[in-house]
Amino acid sequence: MSTPTAGVEEQLRERLAHLSPRRLEIIDESAKHAGHAGARNGGGHYRLLIVADAFSGLTPLARHRLVMEAVDDLMRGAVHALSIKPLAPEDV
Amino acid sequence: MDAQEQIREQITQSPVVLYMKGSPAMPQCGFSSTAVQLLRACGVREFVSVNVLESPEIRQGIKDFSNWPTIPQLYVKGEFVGGCDIMREMYASGELQQLLGGLGPN
Repeated sequence: MSTPTAGVEEQLRERLAHLSPRRLEIIDESAKHAGHAGARNGGGHYRLLIVADAFSGLTPLARHRLVMEAVDDLMRGAVHALSIKPLAPEDV
Repeated sequence: MDAQEQIREQITQSPVVLYMKGSPAMPQCGFSSTAVQLLRACGVREFVSVNVLESPEIRQGIKDFSNWPTIPQLYVKGEFVGGCDIMREMYASGELQQLLGGLGPN
């Protein structure tokens, strides 16, 4: 699978728009992991920092679930691994 | 026994069970490696690890079980805790040490 990087970042932004992020940074780290044994399906590695009011008062697992649920369809193809830092405005 | 039954059995085999890529001695993925290091940093010396690369059924089954799309996955006392990022956050806040404290032989 060869999805252009820009396309994947755009799709991530689209999926996360409903969380009304105050800040959203997406970093493509695919190059760091190219060809390792666990990534044979060819999906990219991304790191994202997201600041949203929706995370206030939630446990780490609940915050990550909100993000994972939003991007679920991408995790089955274009995205192999996603490292998430979900912050509430008061954590920043 | 189907994958879901196997998983239900595995996660109660030990207070701490880690689904990962590779083995603790030879992790096959940076995230799995970090998860192992975090367990060690919390003083966990004994835990059961399941190498999902050895079984496609378990690899998919554990994602369905927890409704969580990635590996590694940490289970403590049979309950899903999270993946690498969550472990890292909980370690930074001291929650992970608290959760794992006193579970293994000191």
